[in-house]
Amino acid sequence: MDITFKNVSYIYQRNTPFAHKAIEDLSFHIPSGSFVAIIGHTGSGKSTLIQHLNGLVSPSSGEVTIGEYRLTDEEKPKRMKELRSRVGVVFQYPEHQLFEETVEKDIAFGPQNFDIPKADINKRIKEVVPKVGLQEELLKRSPFELSGGQMRRVAIAGVLAIKPDVLVLDEPTAGLDPRGQKEMMDMFYTMHKEEGLTTVLVTHSMEDAVKYADHVIILNNGTKYMEGKPEDVLTQQEALNKVQLDVPEAVQFLQSFEKRFGVTIPFTRQSTKEIAQSIQRYIKEAGSRE
Amino acid sequence: MSSSLIIGQYVPGNSIVHRLDPRTKITVIFFFVFIVFFANSVLSYTTLTVFALVTVIITKIPIRFIMKGLTPVWFLIIFTFILHLIVTKEGTVLFDIFGFNIYTGALIQGFAISMRFFLLILVTSLLTLTTTPIEITDAIEEMLHPLKKIKFPVHELALMMSISLRFIPTLLQETEKISRAQASRGVDFKTGPLKERIKAVVPLLVPLFVSAFKRAEELAMAMEARGYQGGEGRTKLRELKIEKIDIAVYILFTLVIAIVLYTRS
Ligand SMILES: Nc1ncnc2c1ncn2[C@@H]1O[C@H](COP(=O)(O)OP(=O)(O)OP(=O)(O)O)[C@@H](O)[C@H]1O
Ligand SMILES: [Mg+2]
Repeated sequence: MDITFKNVSYIYQRNTPFAHKAIEDLSFHIPSGSFVAIIGHTGSGKSTLIQHLNGLVSPSSGEVTIGEYRLTDEEKPKRMKELRSRVGVVFQYPEHQLFEETVEKDIAFGPQNFDIPKADINKRIKEVVPKVGLQEELLKRSPFELSGGQMRRVAIAGVLAIKPDVLVLDEPTAGLDPRGQKEMMDMFYTMHKEEGLTTVLVTHSMEDAVKYADHVIILNNGTKYMEGKPEDVLTQQEALNKVQLDVPEAVQFLQSFEKRFGVTIPFTRQSTKEIAQSIQRYIKEAGSRE
Repeated sequence: MSSSLIIGQYVPGNSIVHRLDPRTKITVIFFFVFIVFFANSVLSYTTLTVFALVTVIITKIPIRFIMKGLTPVWFLIIFTFILHLIVTKEGTVLFDIFGFNIYTGALIQGFAISMRFFLLILVTSLLTLTTTPIEITDAIEEMLHPLKKIKFPVHELALMMSISLRFIPTLLQETEKISRAQASRGVDFKTGPLKERIKAVVPLLVPLFVSAFKRAEELAMAMEARGYQGGEGRTKLRELKIEKIDIAVYILFTLVIAIVLYTRS
């Protein structure tokens, strides 16, 4: 589903002395099927933004459209539940949403609410549990007996079992161990490709943005600061430093390399291995010229 | 959501009312509540109303905000007024609507009682609007101090109060967060038959309790790790102090009491 924000502002506790503008005059377009990273310093409005995507909040002014659903200050979609079944949101620290007696029941909770037939739900659980890296033995356990990382996986499985068209992830890997982080992100990426999802990822990690996203939006104080392809946006060191962000490590390396040796290797989101190969080629050429 | 209800909310500021010693505020409000019940003439009501409104103006909190925050209470006030109109049968008949005779006495009494109600709510909500929860508990601890002699656990009570007050916003935030997460999983808190809506509370309450217990445990551990062992020999970072302005307020308020008592009929 296409996602469009048109001059969206959102004010928390409107009409009180506590009123606080979290998003201001934000406009962008996310075509169906893309993988978008939303990056910004803490408090820049990322979580507020994504709550618009399944109608948890409506814009104070401006307009949000997700597929055929339209959200404005006055107008909410009539089929809100349908919208929520098509836009799945994994919140920051989703393990706080667990409540059922068993892991299995908790994963089934979302699909049940959206009236998926029982047999289908069981099939989905079988599919999704290995995907998020959980053992099947855990299905009969209470979610509260699990480790933090396992709880996180159960919560994510609970959203994936809804089989949404749009997957919204708010820092889904914060607090996982490095290996778990990579596995989880790779899993999201595979699903994105295989099932043709539209994925919106909120992250602090420039590395993840470069690796997975085909479009990035940088927020600063609730407004759009930069937007574009990762290789164009995430290489602008000065501009990023101004909003307390840094370029990815690979870019930092290529920049130092250029300074030290006077050789420019353009950043095209290549892997470490590819960068090593470019350097190797360069050294060989230099050697044969001598 | 609950953002329109202001009872218990603190609005930061730097007005004289904000800076008064919390004990002064509690004492004044305590006696104000009493004196409101003594008022029974136009003049005495006017005195109290002027006192309350001037205080509101001094706090610099927008009057519109306070009035809007009292919306749930307005309903009660109006209800009381109407009830009095119908039930009271004193004085002369003024006019009748829908077959009910409206007496002058009813009109006056209805108005007086509603006014009383309004003043009570307004002034008591001013306490929490201008005083931080910490200040309130500090003040209560100080004021209850004499009860220590009869082994009343004053310090523990104050600690419990300040912890509860401290965690109310946290819990509200948590509630909002969890209800959003569950709404995303298809729970409908707002529409549907009553039975369904009661069932929808379970996915909200369970995580809330779990996290409250976890927080309590963590807090207890953190307090012990930092050497907390009850009120014995404990000193305070902020000492409460009665200043000139507090004395001025006491004198002024005694004057208000005197006027009210003098002008009652
Ligand atoms: N429920 C709320 N009431 C009032 N203000 C809020 C509320 N939630 C967030 N805010 C404010 O809105 C702004 C944006 O918050 P938001 O949670 O969207 O930031 P974020 O970019 O997700 O930050 P983080 O990276 O820390 O998660 C912040 O200044 C925050 O203080
Ligand atoms: Mg956030």
